[in-house]
Amino acid sequence: MMGKFTSFGLSTVLAAAVAWPAAAETFRYSTSGDVLGLDPHINNEGPTNAMKGNVYEALIHRHPDLSLHPSLATSWEIADDTTWIFHLREGVTFHNGNPFTADDVLFSFDRVRQEQSEMVYTVQSITEMTKIDDYTIQIVTGNGPNPTLLQELPLFFIMDQEWTEENGATEVVRGAGVQTFANNNANGTGPYIIGERVPDVQTVLVRNDDWWGWGDFPEANVTEAILQPISNDATRVAALISGEIDMMYPVPLQDVDRLNASDGVEVLQGPELRTIFLGFDQHREELLDMPGTGQNPFLDQRVRQAFFQAIDIEAIAQVVMRGAATPTGLMVAPGIQGFQEDMNDRLPYDPDAARALLADAGYPDGFPLTFDCPNDRYVNDEAICLAVVPMLERIGIDVTLNAQTKSLHFNKIGASEGYNTSFFMLGWTPGSYDAWNPLNELMTVGPDGDGGTWNCGRYSNPRVEELTQMIAIETDPEARNEMIREAFQIHKDDVGHITLHQQALAWGVRDNVGEIAQRPFNDVDLRFVTMAQ
Amino acid sequence: MIAYIIRRLFQSILVMLVVAFISFGLFNFVGDPINNMVGQEATTEQREAARERLGLNDPFPVQFGRFVANAVQGEFGLSYRLGEPVDEILVERLPATLELVFCAALFALLLGVPAGVYTGLHRHGFMSKLLLTVSLVGISLPTFLIGILLILVFSVLLGWLPSFGRGATVDLGWWSTGFLTVGGLKALILPSITLALFQMTLIMRLVRAEMLEVLRTDYIKFARARGLSNRAIHFGHALKNTMVPVITIMGLQIGSLIAFAIITETVFQWPGMGLLFLQAIQFVDIPVMSSYLVLVALFFVVINLIVDLLYYVVDPRLRIERSTAGGH
Repeated sequence: MMGKFTSFGLSTVLAAAVAWPAAAETFRYSTSGDVLGLDPHINNEGPTNAMKGNVYEALIHRHPDLSLHPSLATSWEIADDTTWIFHLREGVTFHNGNPFTADDVLFSFDRVRQEQSEMVYTVQSITEMTKIDDYTIQIVTGNGPNPTLLQELPLFFIMDQEWTEENGATEVVRGAGVQTFANNNANGTGPYIIGERVPDVQTVLVRNDDWWGWGDFPEANVTEAILQPISNDATRVAALISGEIDMMYPVPLQDVDRLNASDGVEVLQGPELRTIFLGFDQHREELLDMPGTGQNPFLDQRVRQAFFQAIDIEAIAQVVMRGAATPTGLMVAPGIQGFQEDMNDRLPYDPDAARALLADAGYPDGFPLTFDCPNDRYVNDEAICLAVVPMLERIGIDVTLNAQTKSLHFNKIGASEGYNTSFFMLGWTPGSYDAWNPLNELMTVGPDGDGGTWNCGRYSNPRVEELTQMIAIETDPEARNEMIREAFQIHKDDVGHITLHQQALAWGVRDNVGEIAQRPFNDVDLRFVTMAQ
Repeated sequence: MIAYIIRRLFQSILVMLVVAFISFGLFNFVGDPINNMVGQEATTEQREAARERLGLNDPFPVQFGRFVANAVQGEFGLSYRLGEPVDEILVERLPATLELVFCAALFALLLGVPAGVYTGLHRHGFMSKLLLTVSLVGISLPTFLIGILLILVFSVLLGWLPSFGRGATVDLGWWSTGFLTVGGLKALILPSITLALFQMTLIMRLVRAEMLEVLRTDYIKFARARGLSNRAIHFGHALKNTMVPVITIMGLQIGSLIAFAIITETVFQWPGMGLLFLQAIQFVDIPVMSSYLVLVALFFVVINLIVDLLYYVVDPRLRIERSTAGGH
């Protein structure tokens, strides 16, 4: 093959073959796109992060039920509001045999903070990291207490200082720079070793028998895992039915029934953490679609509420999403820290009330509007938008749908084109699994008005702004939760966005896979895969 | 002759420059690669820094000039998506596409020519009508549908052939080949048929039409009058004279086979240049897109040149006309 072997890849493949001659369990899985590379500090993308998590480890590991468990750190304590002590696991080695020590953590901390690193957000609040001894480090969050520090650490992966420096890969470089050794090769402490990687064709992972943690996962028996991306939906479905692969995702919604009816194949469905919503332009004095009128109807809460109530969410969930969606009233999904079960209700679907609200606000005949929508990003995104258009037309809005590829869509509605949109669709999974992240990114503009990178409608309520600042540093969980509740309630009353649903995950699994944990962030952690015997 | 080739080469460079220019111009409509390259948590400043670093803020002529200047030095940049040099990626993917195209072309010729001869000779036979009708399917059904149907029948229902990928490959230097393993050969079958079907139909119909034409000519009648066997007449005289246009068309079609391979490669997850190109479009991977288009333009130009030269060699009349024209 034309693949690039890691420097030690071949020998470990052979070693594994010798150590596990009888119980070779190969797990072949597929998804629509390849991982973007192996460097743990370059790209921040779901499937790429999942692959890193099989090879590299962080101080803390997040299980499929979102709970946090010790990983390279065995325990931690809070010294004062802004100082944490982490005790590191002893006797851990990297795949090449180098021992893991505090120096590697410090090195990774410096590396992940480089300008071109995408993963810097995992350590954003840490201003200082010092070594107390080889297996103890001290972390200081100098800008105030960080109540979500532990939530952020599971994606801060630790690299081997010696290996990285030896191979000249200390610098994090993306795209148009020089290519980095660490993006094509890997040397982690994790349960799997990269055996072979040919970008876009396959990535072979071999079980690391020396991994310290197998005792915690006695069921896990995959000795070799092969990830082969298949971009075409129909081909991916066919490969699963024909048994060429054991598991694949996502299953196109229209194929769910067919797969369930096939022999030996089952579709696992569960809610994803991503929330899909619509947003309005709430910062321009004049709507882009109404030049010369000097009016922006969306500045009026009644108009936003009319839009919300015009949308028949059950029709979208049942017809467009074929039942594979959970309608939501909040901007975060169940499982995210700060989700409020009792506040997840929605304003009722009521087109008559919507028309009345529009008339009250002074738009009895509606107004013209362009609706920006992606067509290759979320499950059935364009179909959802196509369903929303007649719902809005029913209350008199003259909607022009502008559905386009994600590269154009996100550019248009995002900061780079100055939030060039009046009404748009967006989806969001909080990277930190905490409610502060969407509050900060989607629901506020920050003290200087230039925050909220994906707050494309520039929704801003002074109290929510204030609460978001407080939530960021409040360490008392009770008080913090109350603040989150207040902020969410204001946002709901304001109708800052139209929340739609959490889309469902759909994984196709063959019956030779005994157990597989479906993580709500839609990726595969090989620790939780058991092949049937 | 040498002057002719040099002149053609100059024209080729012009063609490739124009292709690069147009494709570069089109990239402004594909979108912004930054959102694909950075995660959702990236700040506005990080995005702006990334854009600046890639030179995306420069005006179009500057970006284009930089691309051409680098390309002339054999420097095609790094893929935004894979972070590897584009020329290395293309060289890695080239064998997959060329082997697929080679098999498809072979398949189209080996089936298309005999079928064309047969339908030409037995115009009203049942088999001929069947072949012609079936071949209509090859022309009218879109490639991806044919591919999916083949997968459904031969992978899912019968389980004989793999539905995706190249199977096991063997490295011969930088060239990775699927010809030397059973898995690699099996993996080639479905994509080659899918890609070949259109060309096969084309060749079959072309040969048939040429055969019908030639069989009516006087020299065939004389050959029959001389009492030559049917075999000698059909294959020795008629078919031979139909082959010149067939070879020309086939040569030109190899270029479009490479271009059509985009669809086939996507359906079968064939790790060739077409798949790479399609993924590059989705990711707005500008270095890969522009290099691929320039490379395909180069293929077309070179194939055209070779076909022109072959024509020159094969058809004596061309040479005579040229030399007499030169004499005056």
